[in-house]
Amino acid sequence: MSRQTSVLEAKNLTKIYRRGSEEILALDDVSLVVRPGEFLSFVGPSGSGKTTLINILGCLDNASSGRLKVSGRTIFDGRKGLSESELTRIRRQVFGYIFQKFYLVPTLTVEENVLLPFAFFKKPGSPAGVLGLLESLGLEKRTRHRPAELSGGEMQRVAIARALVNKPEILLADEPTGNLDSKRSEEIGHVLKSLNRKEGLTILLVTHNPVLARMAQRTITLRDGRISSCGKVRSLSPRPVAK
Amino acid sequence: MARRINVYQVAAKNLFRKKTRSALTVLGIGLSAWVLLSLLGFNRGYEAALNKDIDNMGFQVLVAAKGCPYEAATLMLKGGTGLRYMNESVIRDILRHPEVEKVTPMLMQAVFDPNKGESGGLSAYLGVDPATFPALKSYLKFKQGGWFTDTQAHEAVLGYEAAELEQREVGDMILILDKNIELRVAGVLTRSGTQDDGTIFVPLRMLQKEFGQEGRVTAVGIKVDRRADITALENKLYDLPDVQVVSMAQVKQTIMSLVSTAKVMVLSIALIAILIAMLGVVNTILMSVIERYREIGIIKSMGAMPWDVFRMIWTETVILCLLGGGVGIGFSVVLSKATDVLIRRLLPYTPTGSLVAVDSGLAFLTIAVILVIGLVSGVYPAWRASRVRPLESIRSEGE
Repeated sequence: MSRQTSVLEAKNLTKIYRRGSEEILALDDVSLVVRPGEFLSFVGPSGSGKTTLINILGCLDNASSGRLKVSGRTIFDGRKGLSESELTRIRRQVFGYIFQKFYLVPTLTVEENVLLPFAFFKKPGSPAGVLGLLESLGLEKRTRHRPAELSGGEMQRVAIARALVNKPEILLADEPTGNLDSKRSEEIGHVLKSLNRKEGLTILLVTHNPVLARMAQRTITLRDGRISSCGKVRSLSPRPVAK
Repeated sequence: MARRINVYQVAAKNLFRKKTRSALTVLGIGLSAWVLLSLLGFNRGYEAALNKDIDNMGFQVLVAAKGCPYEAATLMLKGGTGLRYMNESVIRDILRHPEVEKVTPMLMQAVFDPNKGESGGLSAYLGVDPATFPALKSYLKFKQGGWFTDTQAHEAVLGYEAAELEQREVGDMILILDKNIELRVAGVLTRSGTQDDGTIFVPLRMLQKEFGQEGRVTAVGIKVDRRADITALENKLYDLPDVQVVSMAQVKQTIMSLVSTAKVMVLSIALIAILIAMLGVVNTILMSVIERYREIGIIKSMGAMPWDVFRMIWTETVILCLLGGGVGIGFSVVLSKATDVLIRRLLPYTPTGSLVAVDSGLAFLTIAVILVIGLVSGVYPAWRASRVRPLESIRSEGE
């Protein structure tokens, strides 16, 4: 059996939003291949199409045109695509998501929040590994606590644990440190880097944080819905202003 | 080892998110369940109490002077005033029929008593024949004393409650104010759980004489031979001039028709209460869904199917309703006496005994009704939640 060369394959993705009679081109002919175990960061100014791209790659949204393959399976090709229930199955099997806000269930403990996906489906992960997962994220002493008793960084780590509990192939993180201070942001960055290195988890990270972006193996810069650069970014700090 | 959490546990814990709101919703459903269960209990209890009263009358057919059938029914069960009289000779005509086993004549008289209640009231005296009446009312037992010493004696036998009300014992005297007649208490009955508890019995002949009603009675109670056809006897008795024949079945029907209006009213209130509770449930769950819009979106992004989300929200509704049903049953049990008193004040006639008969069968029925209400109420909020699209909730994240 040949080794899978890509977990995500996007070709000529275009996304047009319609607001009344106005058409907004959010993505413009974007093509991208993500290999297994890659850590990619997406950077760019607000409105450049980062979130739109990651949503499409994560099967949360459809493109207006183009083709997407996930783990060798065609999600959509032009107008033809999978049904909503098939997409749900793909999401549950392939992806884990973390967002800027954590959306933990306030009435459940840390452990229950992490186990929440198992309330809805049984495979492919197992609740047996949850304590180990929490331990690896430094939450072993917080398992019985409720979200209100946690710090922002801890809450995001719980959200990460929840995203990882079903052992996804790809972790999509959309501004996961947007609500955290620099120290906590760096902490989360290290957690993601460690997951990528130790577990071989494929990570797609959208961020405005240059420190976090630098942790990725490859950084994709978007501008006006197009990929303007792709590669290892050495410095994302603001350019010095000429006097 | 971590334990798997299921949809039902998630749903149950979600209700603790807004404790006051959940508690108020449960209370609303509880009140509706209470009204519903009390109504169902009343439906059963009233009829049972009425049947018991009728069975305890000792006779199956009553012959009274022609008049209002409601009045006759009231006479039989509660005693009444403004009554019409029959000639005592009717007893001979009645006894001619072979179906008749025993008869007992009765004369009801009432006088105004200014000391009764806040602005005075009526005191009723039932003149009975000591030779025939006790035989028909064999269930009546004496707490003190016994029946009258003579048919002309100025004596009275007090029902249990009448003795309590008048605060009299055997040997005490009671005064018929209007007539200035003193009666010696010859006996006090034990509690029978019938209308007899509130009755003052006096000798028939004495009452006829003192009230100038010699040779007249208000009613004749007939005990029919067990083997005889009561309907056939009733038809024969209709031939007697100027009398009306009231059978127990008729009495029951008459009383039930009297209370049917009240029952319709209470049923309407119950339906309105249930409707309000339903809207309360829909509102509570819908608000909860709207508040958790993004959270539900995230759950769906994790891979939850629409049915999973529907089931979770539906379960929340069902839990609320079942808790409310339980609270309602609790109310019904704890407040059954208060409900009884309330109904007695509302209805024109109430039989003795418990009016609201709540049992486990009715409690289960109430829970079933409340459960159906929960299932119906939960459909719309659960459907709304199941249709939340993960992308929309995520898009609205930054808003």
